[in-house]
Amino acid sequence: MPVRSASGLVAYVNARLIDPASGLDAKGALLTNGEIIADCGPGLFQGGVPSDIDVVDCGGLCLAPGLVDMRVQVREPGEEHKETLKSAGEAAVAGGVTSMVCLPNTEPVIDDVATVEFVARRARKIGLAKIYPYAAATKNLDGKELSEMGMLAEAGALAFTDGTKAIRDALVMRRALSYAATFGAMIVQHAEDPSLAEDGAMNEGEIATRMGLAGIPAAAEVIMLERDIRLVELTGGRYHAAHVSTAEGVDVIRRAKANGLDVTCDTAPPYFALNELAVGDYRTFAKLSPPLRSEADRQAIVAALKDGTIDAVASDHAPQDQDSKRLPFALAEAGGVGLETLLAVTLELFHNNHLSLIDALGLVSHGPAEILGLPAGSLKVGQAADLVLFDPDRPWMVDPDRFRSKSKNSPFDGRPVQGMVRRTVIDGRTVFDRDG
Amino acid sequence: MLLDMADGYVEQNRSLDKRKNLLRGRTVVNLFFENSTRTRTSFELAGKRLGADVINMQVSASSVQKGETLIDTAMTLNAMHLDVLVVRHPDSGAVKLLSEKVNCAVINGGDGSHEHPTQALLDALTIRRRKGRLSGLTVAICGDVLHSRVARSNIHLLNVMGARVRLVGPRTLLPSQVERMGVEVFHDMRAGLEDVDVVMMLRIQNERMRGNFIPSIREYFHFFGLDYDKLALAKPDAVIMHPGPMNRGVEIDSDVADDVERSLIREQVEMGVAVRMACLHALAGPLPNADGGA
Repeated sequence: MPVRSASGLVAYVNARLIDPASGLDAKGALLTNGEIIADCGPGLFQGGVPSDIDVVDCGGLCLAPGLVDMRVQVREPGEEHKETLKSAGEAAVAGGVTSMVCLPNTEPVIDDVATVEFVARRARKIGLAKIYPYAAATKNLDGKELSEMGMLAEAGALAFTDGTKAIRDALVMRRALSYAATFGAMIVQHAEDPSLAEDGAMNEGEIATRMGLAGIPAAAEVIMLERDIRLVELTGGRYHAAHVSTAEGVDVIRRAKANGLDVTCDTAPPYFALNELAVGDYRTFAKLSPPLRSEADRQAIVAALKDGTIDAVASDHAPQDQDSKRLPFALAEAGGVGLETLLAVTLELFHNNHLSLIDALGLVSHGPAEILGLPAGSLKVGQAADLVLFDPDRPWMVDPDRFRSKSKNSPFDGRPVQGMVRRTVIDGRTVFDRDG
Repeated sequence: MLLDMADGYVEQNRSLDKRKNLLRGRTVVNLFFENSTRTRTSFELAGKRLGADVINMQVSASSVQKGETLIDTAMTLNAMHLDVLVVRHPDSGAVKLLSEKVNCAVINGGDGSHEHPTQALLDALTIRRRKGRLSGLTVAICGDVLHSRVARSNIHLLNVMGARVRLVGPRTLLPSQVERMGVEVFHDMRAGLEDVDVVMMLRIQNERMRGNFIPSIREYFHFFGLDYDKLALAKPDAVIMHPGPMNRGVEIDSDVADDVERSLIREQVEMGVAVRMACLHALAGPLPNADGGA
């Protein structure tokens, strides 16, 4: 399976090259030399491939930069029964993800240099998708004292976040934004006012009322975003809102961007592909944080993806075992796995004529790479050869039992989707080959 | 239908020989994860009066273990070949979850703030016996609708039976978009009670409240407690109901609650046994037994 010739050169021919970074979408070929992209373009190898170069025939399928997933919960260290760096890595490459960023809400929390280095070391050893950690913005995610952001950034932490917890205290947020900016670092917020959200199990509204479940109002998100934007104005900090889920939430971001603030945001596939009705008969796999919202919110998220207000799509991969989900709805843990459905569900934006194929791909590659400042998400010559070869039209049914992820809690369970990964290449090395 | 069947059981329950052998050989288990006096007792009586073997299980639903206990208990009980399982649980949807794990019939004895269907049935029977009908009546459900499974089940059933339903309460105790459930919403109790046929009071559910929904009992009673003053706005023959247990002096004045002319609260309890007999009959009766059924 590993394709690597004596010369270290591999030619991917007969491909539809799609590079969201440069806007290239054309038939052509790509050449890798060892770990990097050596050449790429429509005219490459038109006269044939020299015999000392190994050839991968792409069969006319799409060859694009590997996906960059900017929000993944890996559960290692601490909850290895739900997911490990290895199982997450396997799930990632099966989903075409070549770089992923993990949240610090592990046990122990990623809030010191040693844990950052542990994750980096483990990821290198496993050799699957590249794993970059976010570090905690506050020690032990307690929302009180700032973590050692400077040293953590030096050790490789990409940005700072309290993971699935909002940074609740306005003063702490102000200082986090301000201090992180000292090192050019970004704060990633789970934008949800805890006092409005903590008793709730799903979106507030008619469905929650009928089901007798306590609701989380959209205002919980909007209030936190509004507050944070004021603090960004105050501090000049760099702010990223994770998984925006409401119509008014994207309005807040839209206004902040129009005012020239250094603000970005992402959403996750459930928020543009599902609505609160997916909770149905107390389906805990559809219990997410933030909760699935109304249909009007879902449509607003699609609109914000189209107009560029939302910069990226992340899987928001949150593995939970059976024991955490096989519970009465209010007691079940929130979250869904998403690494293996990220590409296919994002491609719904293309198949439903909301976005071009290249723009849909940009949301899961170039978009997040730009936000994070990662050298990834493009087919630029000289860049690491992190590639995904996929068939954009190939239909399949989401079957979590076949996931590589240790946990099977997908909100997309049983959904028919289109777009299948055939091969994933990292640093020039094929790490996943569906046909191999 | 269930109400007619229950009507028949009212007479049986008033006679000296209250026992039938319809469910002889059947096992009914009352699985209660939450305290209950009248629901559990009435299911127990209902089962025994139909000749079934009835077992009560009170499981403490404490802390984080409750979910695991739920599934584990379900699997354990399932292995004992029950015929009917009556379940009450403090979490919405828990009964549905449990019903997926067992092979026997499951009756929802109340789940969280979701549903309490047998309470709605006994309320409907109580009203029908007094008023002779349900269709066309106006019923005001007053108080803590937010936490009330009784309110939700009653809204569904009364609407189906052709009654008009009003909800009355402070905004903090009415759930979001509840008007979409086919009800009229009032925040002024006097306006809400005007010309109604039935006043259904709900208990303030302190045990489900996290934080402060009302500033004080005194203030609540002043605006939303049922007394003769407010009741005067309802129809002269309007009746008073309460699913119990009552907080006297909180949502209802003692004199009103004990008014033999107007209050159906004790009759509701009586109807509870009959309705639950009808439910058990409907679910487990058709199965053959040594006596050839009823």
